[in-house]
Amino acid sequence: MSHAPILTIRNLSAVFQNENGGLRALDDVSFNVRPREFVCVLGPSGSGKTTLLRILAGLIPPTSGSFTFGRGRQPSIGMVFQQANLMPWRTVIENIKLPLEVNQMDEASARKKAIEMIELVGLQGFEDSLPRDLSGGMAQRVAIARALIHDPDLLLLDEPFASLDAMTRERMWTELSRIWQARQKTVIMVTHSINESLFLADRVLVLTQRPGKIKMDVAVDLPRPRKDDIRYTSNFGKLARKLRGAIE
Amino acid sequence: MLKRFFPILLSILTFLLGWDLLTRLSGIPNFILPSPLSVWSRFLRAMQDGSLLHHTAITLTEIVLGLIVGVLFATVLGYALAKSRALEKVLSPYLVASQAIPVIAIAPLLVIWLGDGILSKVVICALIVFFPVLVNTIVGVRSVPTALYDLMNSLHASRAQIFWKVEAPASLSVFLGGLRIGATLSVIGAIVGELVDAESGLGFLLQLGDFQYDTPMVFVAVFTLIALALMLYGAVRLLENKFLKWQN
Ligand SMILES: Nc1ncnc2c1ncn2[C@@H]1O[C@H](COP(=O)(O)OP(=O)(O)OP(=O)(O)O)[C@@H](O)[C@H]1O
Ligand SMILES: [Mg+2]
Repeated sequence: MSHAPILTIRNLSAVFQNENGGLRALDDVSFNVRPREFVCVLGPSGSGKTTLLRILAGLIPPTSGSFTFGRGRQPSIGMVFQQANLMPWRTVIENIKLPLEVNQMDEASARKKAIEMIELVGLQGFEDSLPRDLSGGMAQRVAIARALIHDPDLLLLDEPFASLDAMTRERMWTELSRIWQARQKTVIMVTHSINESLFLADRVLVLTQRPGKIKMDVAVDLPRPRKDDIRYTSNFGKLARKLRGAIE
Repeated sequence: MLKRFFPILLSILTFLLGWDLLTRLSGIPNFILPSPLSVWSRFLRAMQDGSLLHHTAITLTEIVLGLIVGVLFATVLGYALAKSRALEKVLSPYLVASQAIPVIAIAPLLVIWLGDGILSKVVICALIVFFPVLVNTIVGVRSVPTALYDLMNSLHASRAQIFWKVEAPASLSVFLGGLRIGATLSVIGAIVGELVDAESGLGFLLQLGDFQYDTPMVFVAVFTLIALALMLYGAVRLLENKFLKWQN
Protein backbone atom coordinates (compact mmCIF):
# COMPACT_ATOMS: atom_id res chain seq x y z
CA MET A 1 0.00 0.00 0.00
CA SER A 2 1.37 3.36 -1.01
CA HIS A 3 1.65 5.97 1.69
CA ALA A 4 1.61 9.05 -0.50
CA PRO A 5 -1.64 10.80 0.35
CA ILE A 6 -4.41 10.66 -2.21
CA LEU A 7 -6.01 13.71 -0.66
CA THR A 8 -4.27 16.63 1.04
CA ILE A 9 -6.43 19.14 2.89
CA ARG A 10 -4.76 22.35 4.01
CA ASN A 11 -6.20 25.00 6.34
CA LEU A 12 -9.73 24.59 5.05
CA SER A 13 -12.25 27.12 6.37
CA ALA A 14 -15.87 27.71 5.47
CA VAL A 15 -17.87 30.81 6.37
CA PHE A 16 -21.53 31.17 5.44
CA GLN A 17 -22.81 34.69 5.01
CA ASN A 18 -25.77 35.58 7.19
CA GLU A 19 -27.41 38.66 8.76
CA ASN A 20 -24.86 39.08 11.54
CA GLY A 21 -21.70 38.99 9.49
CA GLY A 22 -20.91 35.37 8.85
CA LEU A 23 -21.23 31.94 10.34
CA ARG A 24 -17.99 30.04 10.56
CA ALA A 25 -18.72 26.36 9.98
CA LEU A 26 -15.22 25.00 9.49
CA ASP A 27 -12.06 26.49 10.92
CA ASP A 28 -8.58 25.69 9.67
CA VAL A 29 -9.02 22.01 9.03
CA SER A 30 -5.98 20.10 7.75
CA PHE A 31 -5.47 16.41 7.22
CA ASN A 32 -4.22 13.86 4.72
CA VAL A 33 -5.96 10.77 3.47
CA ARG A 34 -4.04 7.78 2.19
CA PRO A 35 -5.27 5.68 -0.73
CA ARG A 36 -7.79 3.05 0.34
CA GLU A 37 -8.08 4.54 3.76
CA PHE A 38 -11.45 4.47 5.50
CA VAL A 39 -11.76 7.72 7.45
CA CYS A 40 -14.69 8.46 9.73
CA VAL A 41 -15.52 12.01 10.79
CA LEU A 42 -17.26 12.36 14.14
CA GLY A 43 -18.47 15.58 15.67
CA PRO A 44 -21.37 17.33 17.31
CA SER A 45 -24.24 18.65 15.26
CA GLY A 46 -23.31 21.82 13.40
CA SER A 47 -19.58 21.17 13.52
CA GLY A 48 -19.33 21.38 9.75
CA LYS A 49 -19.13 17.68 8.82
CA THR A 50 -21.57 17.94 5.93
CA THR A 51 -19.93 21.18 4.88
CA LEU A 52 -16.58 19.39 4.72
CA LEU A 53 -17.98 16.67 2.45
CA ARG A 54 -19.73 19.22 0.26
CA ILE A 55 -16.48 21.11 -0.21
CA LEU A 56 -14.59 17.92 -1.09
CA ALA A 57 -17.32 16.97 -3.57
CA GLY A 58 -16.95 20.35 -5.25
CA LEU A 59 -20.52 21.37 -4.43
CA ILE A 60 -19.43 24.54 -2.61
CA PRO A 61 -16.08 26.34 -2.64
CA PRO A 62 -14.13 26.72 0.62
CA THR A 63 -13.84 30.26 1.97
CA SER A 64 -10.12 29.74 2.38
CA GLY A 65 -7.60 26.94 2.32
CA SER A 66 -7.20 24.26 -0.28
CA PHE A 67 -7.54 20.59 -1.00
CA THR A 68 -5.62 18.70 -3.63
CA PHE A 69 -5.93 15.20 -4.94
CA GLY A 70 -2.87 13.04 -5.25
CA ARG A 71 -3.33 12.30 -8.93
CA GLY A 72 -3.54 15.96 -9.78
CA ARG A 73 -6.79 15.73 -11.69
CA GLN A 74 -10.34 16.14 -10.38
CA PRO A 75 -11.22 12.78 -8.83
CA SER A 76 -14.43 11.03 -9.69
CA ILE A 77 -16.68 11.00 -6.69
CA GLY A 78 -19.29 8.66 -5.32
CA MET A 79 -21.47 10.38 -2.77
CA VAL A 80 -24.08 8.95 -0.45
CA PHE A 81 -26.29 11.59 1.10
CA GLN A 82 -27.99 11.46 4.44
CA GLN A 83 -31.27 10.75 2.66
CA ALA A 84 -31.05 8.09 -0.04
CA ASN A 85 -31.74 10.83 -2.59
CA LEU A 86 -33.01 8.53 -5.33
CA MET A 87 -34.91 9.71 -8.36
CA PRO A 88 -38.50 8.62 -7.72
CA TRP A 89 -39.23 8.21 -11.43
CA ARG A 90 -36.37 5.81 -11.99
CA THR A 91 -36.39 2.14 -11.12
CA VAL A 92 -33.70 0.63 -8.90
CA ILE A 93 -31.53 -0.36 -11.84
CA GLU A 94 -32.02 2.99 -13.57
CA ASN A 95 -31.07 4.84 -10.39
CA ILE A 96 -27.97 2.74 -9.97
CA LYS A 97 -26.71 3.27 -13.51
CA LEU A 98 -27.16 7.06 -13.41
CA PRO A 99 -23.41 7.79 -12.94
CA LEU A 100 -22.60 5.64 -15.96
CA GLU A 101 -25.17 7.52 -18.03
CA VAL A 102 -23.57 10.77 -16.96
CA ASN A 103 -20.23 9.33 -18.09
CA GLN A 104 -21.94 8.38 -21.36
CA MET A 105 -21.22 4.69 -21.14
CA ASP A 106 -23.16 2.63 -23.66
CA GLU A 107 -26.47 1.27 -22.45
CA ALA A 108 -25.58 -2.44 -22.61
CA SER A 109 -22.39 -2.20 -20.55
CA ALA A 110 -24.09 0.15 -18.10
CA ARG A 111 -26.88 -2.35 -17.55
CA LYS A 112 -24.42 -5.17 -17.06
CA LYS A 113 -22.49 -3.21 -14.44
CA ALA A 114 -25.69 -2.17 -12.71
CA ILE A 115 -26.73 -5.80 -12.42
CA GLU A 116 -23.36 -6.59 -10.82
CA MET A 117 -23.87 -3.78 -8.33
CA ILE A 118 -27.37 -5.00 -7.53
CA GLU A 119 -25.88 -8.35 -6.62
CA LEU A 120 -23.18 -6.70 -4.56
CA VAL A 121 -25.73 -4.90 -2.39
CA GLY A 122 -28.11 -7.84 -2.38
CA LEU A 123 -31.08 -6.35 -4.16
CA GLN A 124 -31.68 -9.12 -6.70
CA GLY A 125 -35.32 -9.24 -7.69
CA PHE A 126 -35.84 -5.53 -7.11
CA GLU A 127 -34.20 -4.31 -10.33
CA ASP A 128 -37.41 -2.85 -11.69
CA SER A 129 -38.95 -1.65 -8.44
CA LEU A 130 -39.55 2.03 -7.92
CA PRO A 131 -38.02 3.80 -4.90
CA ARG A 132 -41.43 4.22 -3.28
CA ASP A 133 -41.67 0.43 -3.00
CA LEU A 134 -38.37 0.10 -1.12
CA SER A 135 -37.74 0.11 2.60
CA GLY A 136 -35.36 2.73 4.00
CA GLY A 137 -32.53 0.22 4.19
CA MET A 138 -33.05 -0.97 0.64
CA ALA A 139 -33.14 2.60 -0.66
CA GLN A 140 -29.88 3.32 1.14
CA ARG A 141 -28.32 0.25 -0.46
CA VAL A 142 -29.41 1.52 -3.87
CA ALA A 143 -27.70 4.81 -3.01
CA ILE A 144 -24.53 2.95 -2.06
CA ALA A 145 -24.58 0.91 -5.26
CA ARG A 146 -25.06 4.12 -7.23
CA ALA A 147 -22.10 5.71 -5.45
CA LEU A 148 -19.85 2.75 -6.29
CA ILE A 149 -20.85 1.84 -9.82
CA HIS A 150 -18.55 4.22 -11.70
CA ASP A 151 -15.61 3.04 -9.63
CA PRO A 152 -15.00 6.49 -8.12
CA ASP A 153 -11.64 7.58 -6.76
CA LEU A 154 -13.24 8.85 -3.60
CA LEU A 155 -16.31 7.77 -1.69
CA LEU A 156 -18.02 10.45 0.42
CA LEU A 157 -20.66 9.19 2.83
CA ASP A 158 -22.78 11.57 4.89
CA GLU A 159 -24.42 9.69 7.75
CA PRO A 160 -25.67 7.14 5.26
CA PHE A 161 -27.27 4.96 7.92
CA ALA A 162 -28.70 7.60 10.23
CA SER A 163 -32.26 7.02 9.13
CA LEU A 164 -32.17 3.26 9.57
CA ASP A 165 -33.27 1.15 12.51
CA ALA A 166 -30.51 -0.35 14.65
CA MET A 167 -30.70 -3.82 13.18
CA THR A 168 -30.65 -2.77 9.54
CA ARG A 169 -27.87 -0.34 10.35
CA GLU A 170 -25.63 -3.03 11.75
CA ARG A 171 -26.28 -5.25 8.78
CA MET A 172 -25.35 -2.34 6.54
CA TRP A 173 -22.05 -1.91 8.43
CA THR A 174 -21.12 -5.46 7.59
CA GLU A 175 -22.15 -4.99 3.98
CA LEU A 176 -20.30 -1.71 3.59
CA SER A 177 -17.13 -3.09 5.08
CA ARG A 178 -17.37 -6.12 2.81
CA ILE A 179 -17.88 -3.88 -0.23
CA TRP A 180 -15.05 -1.60 0.86
CA GLN A 181 -12.68 -4.54 1.19
CA ALA A 182 -13.75 -6.00 -2.13
CA ARG A 183 -13.45 -2.71 -3.98
CA GLN A 184 -10.55 -1.09 -2.09
CA LYS A 185 -11.93 2.43 -2.07
CA THR A 186 -10.84 5.56 -0.29
CA VAL A 187 -13.71 6.50 1.97
CA ILE A 188 -14.57 9.55 4.03
CA MET A 189 -17.65 8.91 6.09
CA VAL A 190 -19.48 11.26 8.43
CA THR A 191 -21.26 9.70 11.35
CA HIS A 192 -22.67 10.46 14.77
CA SER A 193 -22.05 6.98 16.07
CA ILE A 194 -18.86 5.96 17.86
CA ASN A 195 -19.69 2.29 17.36
CA GLU A 196 -20.19 2.80 13.66
CA SER A 197 -16.85 4.57 13.27
CA LEU A 198 -14.98 1.90 15.24
CA PHE A 199 -16.67 -0.85 13.29
CA LEU A 200 -15.73 0.60 9.90
CA ALA A 201 -12.83 3.03 10.02
CA ASP A 202 -9.04 2.84 9.81
CA ARG A 203 -8.99 6.25 11.36
CA VAL A 204 -11.41 8.56 13.13
CA LEU A 205 -11.30 12.35 13.06
CA VAL A 206 -13.20 14.16 15.79
CA LEU A 207 -14.34 17.71 15.13
CA THR A 208 -14.99 20.33 17.82
CA GLN A 209 -18.18 22.31 18.33
CA ARG A 210 -18.79 24.95 15.67
CA PRO A 211 -16.62 26.16 14.14
CA GLY A 212 -15.28 22.69 13.46
CA LYS A 213 -11.57 22.14 14.04
CA ILE A 214 -9.88 18.78 14.23
CA LYS A 215 -9.80 17.91 17.88
CA MET A 216 -8.51 14.38 17.67
CA ASP A 217 -7.13 12.05 15.04
CA VAL A 218 -7.29 8.42 16.18
CA ALA A 219 -5.99 5.35 14.35
CA VAL A 220 -8.32 2.37 14.74
CA ASP A 221 -6.02 -0.63 14.86
CA LEU A 222 -8.70 -3.25 15.30
CA PRO A 223 -8.30 -6.43 13.25
CA ARG A 224 -10.47 -7.00 10.20
CA PRO A 225 -12.90 -8.33 9.30
CA ARG A 226 -14.65 -6.90 12.30
CA LYS A 227 -17.46 -9.03 13.62
CA ASP A 228 -20.29 -7.95 15.83
CA ASP A 229 -18.59 -9.20 18.99
CA ILE A 230 -15.61 -6.91 18.47
CA ARG A 231 -17.37 -4.35 20.62
CA TYR A 232 -16.73 -6.50 23.69
CA THR A 233 -12.94 -6.48 23.22
CA SER A 234 -10.90 -4.30 25.53
CA ASN A 235 -9.25 -2.47 22.65
CA PHE A 236 -12.65 -1.45 21.28
CA GLY A 237 -13.71 -0.28 24.73
CA LYS A 238 -10.57 1.79 25.14
CA LEU A 239 -11.02 3.50 21.77
CA ALA A 240 -14.70 4.09 22.42
CA ARG A 241 -13.94 5.75 25.76
CA LYS A 242 -11.28 7.91 24.13
CA LEU A 243 -13.68 9.08 21.43
CA ARG A 244 -16.51 9.63 23.86
CA GLY A 245 -14.23 11.78 25.96
CA ALA A 246 -13.34 13.85 22.91
CA ILE A 247 -16.94 14.53 21.88
CA GLU A 248 -18.51 17.19 24.03
CA MET B 1 -64.61 -2.49 -20.09
CA LEU B 2 -68.39 -2.49 -20.41
CA LYS B 3 -68.66 -2.17 -16.66
CA ARG B 4 -66.44 0.89 -16.64
CA PHE B 5 -68.34 2.73 -19.33
CA PHE B 6 -71.80 1.65 -18.28
CA PRO B 7 -72.46 4.58 -15.88
CA ILE B 8 -71.28 7.11 -18.47
CA LEU B 9 -73.40 5.48 -21.18
CA LEU B 10 -76.40 5.44 -18.90
CA SER B 11 -76.03 9.12 -18.02
CA ILE B 12 -75.69 10.10 -21.69
CA LEU B 13 -78.78 8.07 -22.61
CA THR B 14 -80.76 9.63 -19.77
CA PHE B 15 -79.64 13.07 -20.87
CA LEU B 16 -80.69 12.47 -24.49
CA LEU B 17 -84.00 11.00 -23.41
CA GLY B 18 -84.72 13.93 -21.10
CA TRP B 19 -83.80 16.36 -23.85
CA ASP B 20 -86.03 14.58 -26.34
CA LEU B 21 -88.97 14.52 -23.94
CA LEU B 22 -88.50 18.21 -23.19
CA THR B 23 -88.69 19.15 -26.87
CA ARG B 24 -91.74 16.91 -27.42
CA LEU B 25 -93.77 17.88 -24.39
CA SER B 26 -92.92 21.55 -23.90
CA GLY B 27 -93.77 22.70 -27.40
CA ILE B 28 -90.62 24.81 -27.62
CA PRO B 29 -90.09 25.48 -31.34
CA ASN B 30 -87.28 23.68 -33.11
CA PHE B 31 -85.33 26.85 -33.88
CA ILE B 32 -85.04 27.57 -30.16
CA LEU B 33 -84.45 24.10 -28.81
CA PRO B 34 -84.01 21.48 -31.52
CA SER B 35 -84.67 17.85 -30.73
CA PRO B 36 -81.78 15.41 -30.52
CA LEU B 37 -82.92 13.77 -33.72
CA SER B 38 -82.94 16.99 -35.72
CA VAL B 39 -79.47 17.77 -34.43
CA TRP B 40 -78.38 14.30 -35.46
CA SER B 41 -79.77 14.64 -38.97
CA ARG B 42 -78.19 18.11 -39.28
CA PHE B 43 -74.95 16.50 -38.19
CA LEU B 44 -75.23 13.84 -40.90
CA ARG B 45 -75.99 16.46 -43.53
CA ALA B 46 -72.99 18.58 -42.45
CA MET B 47 -70.83 15.49 -42.65
CA GLN B 48 -72.09 14.64 -46.11
CA ASP B 49 -71.53 18.04 -47.65
CA GLY B 50 -68.09 18.15 -46.03
CA SER B 51 -68.69 21.50 -44.33
CA LEU B 52 -68.33 20.15 -40.80
CA LEU B 53 -65.03 18.46 -41.49
CA HIS B 54 -63.74 21.51 -43.30
CA HIS B 55 -64.55 23.91 -40.45
CA THR B 56 -63.42 21.46 -37.79
CA ALA B 57 -60.08 21.05 -39.54
CA ILE B 58 -59.61 24.83 -39.60
CA THR B 59 -60.40 25.20 -35.90
CA LEU B 60 -58.26 22.22 -34.97
CA THR B 61 -55.35 23.67 -36.92
CA GLU B 62 -55.71 26.96 -35.04
CA ILE B 63 -55.87 25.13 -31.73
CA VAL B 64 -52.88 22.90 -32.40
CA LEU B 65 -50.72 25.72 -33.74
CA GLY B 66 -51.81 27.97 -30.87
CA LEU B 67 -51.01 25.23 -28.38
CA ILE B 68 -47.59 24.61 -29.87
CA VAL B 69 -46.68 28.30 -29.95
CA GLY B 70 -48.13 29.04 -26.50
CA VAL B 71 -46.58 26.01 -24.86
CA LEU B 72 -43.21 26.60 -26.49
CA PHE B 73 -43.00 30.22 -25.36
CA ALA B 74 -44.39 29.46 -21.91
CA THR B 75 -41.97 26.60 -21.34
CA VAL B 76 -38.87 28.47 -22.44
CA LEU B 77 -39.80 31.63 -20.56
CA GLY B 78 -41.02 29.65 -17.53
CA TYR B 79 -37.72 27.81 -17.33
CA ALA B 80 -35.76 31.05 -17.59
CA LEU B 81 -37.93 32.67 -14.90
CA ALA B 82 -37.59 29.68 -12.61
CA LYS B 83 -33.83 29.85 -12.95
CA SER B 84 -33.40 33.59 -12.55
CA ARG B 85 -34.95 35.55 -9.70
CA ALA B 86 -33.69 38.75 -11.32
CA LEU B 87 -35.52 38.03 -14.56
CA GLU B 88 -38.64 37.14 -12.60
CA LYS B 89 -38.51 40.45 -10.72
CA VAL B 90 -38.23 42.38 -13.99
CA LEU B 91 -40.92 40.51 -15.90
CA SER B 92 -43.50 39.47 -13.32
CA PRO B 93 -45.33 42.86 -13.22
CA TYR B 94 -45.94 42.57 -16.96
CA LEU B 95 -47.00 38.97 -16.69
CA VAL B 96 -49.44 39.67 -13.89
CA ALA B 97 -50.79 42.73 -15.70
CA SER B 98 -51.27 40.72 -18.86
CA GLN B 99 -53.43 38.32 -16.88
CA ALA B 100 -55.60 41.14 -15.55
CA ILE B 101 -56.82 41.74 -19.13
CA PRO B 102 -59.18 39.02 -20.30
CA VAL B 103 -58.17 37.70 -23.70
CA ILE B 104 -61.77 38.24 -24.86
CA ALA B 105 -61.27 41.98 -24.42
CA ILE B 106 -58.22 42.18 -26.66
CA ALA B 107 -59.36 39.59 -29.19
CA PRO B 108 -60.99 42.23 -31.48
CA LEU B 109 -57.78 44.22 -31.36
CA LEU B 110 -55.73 41.22 -32.39
CA VAL B 111 -58.07 40.54 -35.27
CA ILE B 112 -57.68 44.16 -36.43
CA TRP B 113 -53.92 43.89 -36.21
CA LEU B 114 -53.42 40.42 -37.60
CA GLY B 115 -56.36 40.07 -39.97
CA ASP B 116 -59.37 37.81 -39.88
CA GLY B 117 -57.41 34.78 -41.06
CA ILE B 118 -55.93 31.92 -39.08
CA LEU B 119 -53.02 33.94 -37.65
CA SER B 120 -55.09 36.06 -35.27
CA LYS B 121 -56.78 32.92 -33.90
CA VAL B 122 -53.49 31.14 -33.41
CA VAL B 123 -52.18 34.13 -31.46
CA ILE B 124 -55.31 34.41 -29.29
CA CYS B 125 -55.12 30.69 -28.65
CA ALA B 126 -51.43 30.91 -27.77
CA LEU B 127 -52.07 33.81 -25.39
CA ILE B 128 -54.76 31.96 -23.49
CA VAL B 129 -52.63 28.80 -23.27
CA PHE B 130 -49.52 30.71 -22.27
CA PHE B 131 -50.22 31.62 -18.66
CA PRO B 132 -51.23 28.31 -17.05
CA VAL B 133 -48.34 26.56 -18.76
CA LEU B 134 -45.94 29.32 -17.72
CA VAL B 135 -46.99 29.23 -14.09
CA ASN B 136 -46.82 25.46 -13.90
CA THR B 137 -43.43 25.38 -15.59
CA ILE B 138 -42.08 27.79 -13.00
CA VAL B 139 -43.62 25.88 -10.10
CA GLY B 140 -42.44 22.57 -11.55
CA VAL B 141 -38.84 23.62 -12.09
CA ARG B 142 -38.68 25.33 -8.69
CA SER B 143 -39.93 22.15 -7.02
CA VAL B 144 -36.95 20.08 -8.18
CA PRO B 145 -35.23 18.95 -4.95
CA THR B 146 -31.86 20.67 -4.45
CA ALA B 147 -30.46 17.35 -3.26
CA LEU B 148 -30.79 16.01 -6.81
CA TYR B 149 -28.77 18.94 -8.12
CA ASP B 150 -26.11 18.06 -5.54
CA LEU B 151 -26.15 14.48 -6.75
CA MET B 152 -25.70 15.50 -10.39
CA ASN B 153 -23.01 18.03 -9.54
CA SER B 154 -21.09 15.48 -7.50
CA LEU B 155 -21.02 13.39 -10.67
CA HIS B 156 -19.77 16.39 -12.69
CA ALA B 157 -22.88 16.25 -14.87
CA SER B 158 -23.28 18.84 -17.64
CA ARG B 159 -26.09 21.43 -17.70
CA ALA B 160 -27.81 19.50 -20.46
CA GLN B 161 -27.62 16.28 -18.44
CA ILE B 162 -29.04 18.03 -15.39
CA PHE B 163 -31.89 19.34 -17.53
CA TRP B 164 -32.79 16.04 -19.19
CA LYS B 165 -32.15 13.70 -16.29
CA VAL B 166 -33.44 15.79 -13.38
CA GLU B 167 -35.28 18.97 -14.20
CA ALA B 168 -37.43 17.67 -17.03
CA PRO B 169 -38.66 14.47 -15.35
CA ALA B 170 -39.00 16.07 -11.92
CA SER B 171 -41.16 18.92 -13.17
CA LEU B 172 -43.10 16.96 -15.78
CA SER B 173 -46.04 16.18 -13.52
CA VAL B 174 -46.73 19.81 -12.63
CA PHE B 175 -46.00 20.85 -16.21
CA LEU B 176 -48.54 18.42 -17.65
CA GLY B 177 -51.08 19.70 -15.14
CA GLY B 178 -50.62 23.13 -16.71
CA LEU B 179 -50.82 21.66 -20.19
CA ARG B 180 -54.10 19.96 -19.30
CA ILE B 181 -55.61 23.33 -18.35
CA GLY B 182 -54.01 24.98 -21.38
CA ALA B 183 -55.34 22.36 -23.77
CA THR B 184 -58.95 22.93 -22.70
CA LEU B 185 -58.50 26.70 -22.73
CA SER B 186 -57.06 26.57 -26.23
CA VAL B 187 -60.48 25.58 -27.61
CA ILE B 188 -61.98 28.67 -26.02
CA GLY B 189 -59.18 30.78 -27.50
CA ALA B 190 -59.80 29.63 -31.05
CA ILE B 191 -63.57 30.10 -30.76
CA VAL B 192 -63.28 33.57 -29.24
CA GLY B 193 -61.08 34.56 -32.18
CA GLU B 194 -63.48 33.10 -34.71
CA LEU B 195 -66.50 34.74 -33.13
CA VAL B 196 -64.88 38.15 -33.49
CA ASP B 197 -64.42 37.75 -37.21
CA ALA B 198 -63.73 34.74 -39.38
CA GLU B 199 -64.50 33.21 -42.74
CA SER B 200 -64.30 29.65 -41.54
CA GLY B 201 -63.95 27.46 -38.46
CA LEU B 202 -66.44 26.12 -35.94
CA GLY B 203 -66.93 29.58 -34.45
CA PHE B 204 -67.87 30.82 -37.91
CA LEU B 205 -70.26 27.88 -38.30
CA LEU B 206 -71.75 28.70 -34.93
CA GLN B 207 -72.42 32.26 -35.96
CA LEU B 208 -73.72 31.25 -39.36
CA GLY B 209 -76.19 28.88 -37.75
CA ASP B 210 -77.20 31.66 -35.41
CA PHE B 211 -77.86 34.15 -38.22
CA GLN B 212 -79.82 31.66 -40.29
CA TYR B 213 -81.88 30.37 -37.36
CA ASP B 214 -80.27 27.03 -38.12
CA THR B 215 -80.21 26.13 -34.44
CA PRO B 216 -79.48 22.42 -35.03
CA MET B 217 -76.29 23.55 -36.78
CA VAL B 218 -75.36 25.60 -33.71
CA PHE B 219 -75.79 22.49 -31.62
CA VAL B 220 -73.69 20.44 -34.00
CA ALA B 221 -70.90 23.02 -33.75
CA VAL B 222 -71.10 23.12 -29.95
CA PHE B 223 -70.97 19.35 -29.65
CA THR B 224 -68.02 19.23 -32.02
CA LEU B 225 -66.24 21.75 -29.81
CA ILE B 226 -66.94 19.63 -26.77
CA ALA B 227 -65.53 16.62 -28.59
CA LEU B 228 -62.39 18.59 -29.50
CA ALA B 229 -61.87 19.72 -25.92
CA LEU B 230 -62.36 16.18 -24.62
CA MET B 231 -59.94 14.85 -27.21
CA LEU B 232 -57.22 17.32 -26.24
CA TYR B 233 -57.80 16.65 -22.57
CA GLY B 234 -57.59 12.93 -23.27
CA ALA B 235 -54.35 13.39 -25.20
CA VAL B 236 -52.73 15.08 -22.21
CA ARG B 237 -54.07 12.33 -19.95
CA LEU B 238 -52.43 9.80 -22.24
CA LEU B 239 -49.13 11.64 -21.89
CA GLU B 240 -49.56 11.62 -18.12
CA ASN B 241 -50.31 7.90 -18.09
CA LYS B 242 -47.29 7.22 -20.24
CA PHE B 243 -44.73 9.40 -18.46
CA LEU B 244 -45.98 9.53 -14.89
CA LYS B 245 -46.44 5.83 -14.26
CA TRP B 246 -44.09 6.13 -11.28
CA GLN B 247 -46.59 8.36 -9.51
CA ASN B 248 -49.62 6.12 -9.28
N1 LIG C 1 -25.80 26.56 2.87
C1 LIG C 1 -25.65 27.05 4.12
N2 LIG C 1 -25.95 28.34 4.38
C2 LIG C 1 -25.81 28.86 5.61
N3 LIG C 1 -25.38 28.16 6.67
C3 LIG C 1 -25.07 26.87 6.49
C4 LIG C 1 -25.20 26.23 5.20
N4 LIG C 1 -24.83 24.94 5.32
C5 LIG C 1 -24.49 24.78 6.61
N5 LIG C 1 -24.61 25.91 7.31
C6 LIG C 1 -24.32 26.09 8.73
O1 LIG C 1 -23.01 25.63 8.97
C7 LIG C 1 -22.95 24.90 10.17
C8 LIG C 1 -22.39 23.53 9.90
O2 LIG C 1 -23.33 22.82 9.11
P1 LIG C 1 -23.12 21.31 8.69
O3 LIG C 1 -24.33 20.89 7.97
O4 LIG C 1 -21.84 21.18 7.99
O5 LIG C 1 -23.04 20.61 10.11
P2 LIG C 1 -22.96 19.07 10.46
O6 LIG C 1 -21.73 18.86 11.24
O7 LIG C 1 -23.13 18.27 9.22
O8 LIG C 1 -24.22 18.92 11.40
P3 LIG C 1 -25.19 17.65 11.58
O9 LIG C 1 -24.43 16.69 12.39
O10 LIG C 1 -26.35 18.20 12.32
O11 LIG C 1 -25.53 17.15 10.21
C9 LIG C 1 -24.34 24.88 10.73
O12 LIG C 1 -24.43 25.85 11.74
C10 LIG C 1 -25.22 25.26 9.58
O13 LIG C 1 -26.32 26.01 10.03
MG1 LIG D 1 -24.61 16.94 8.46
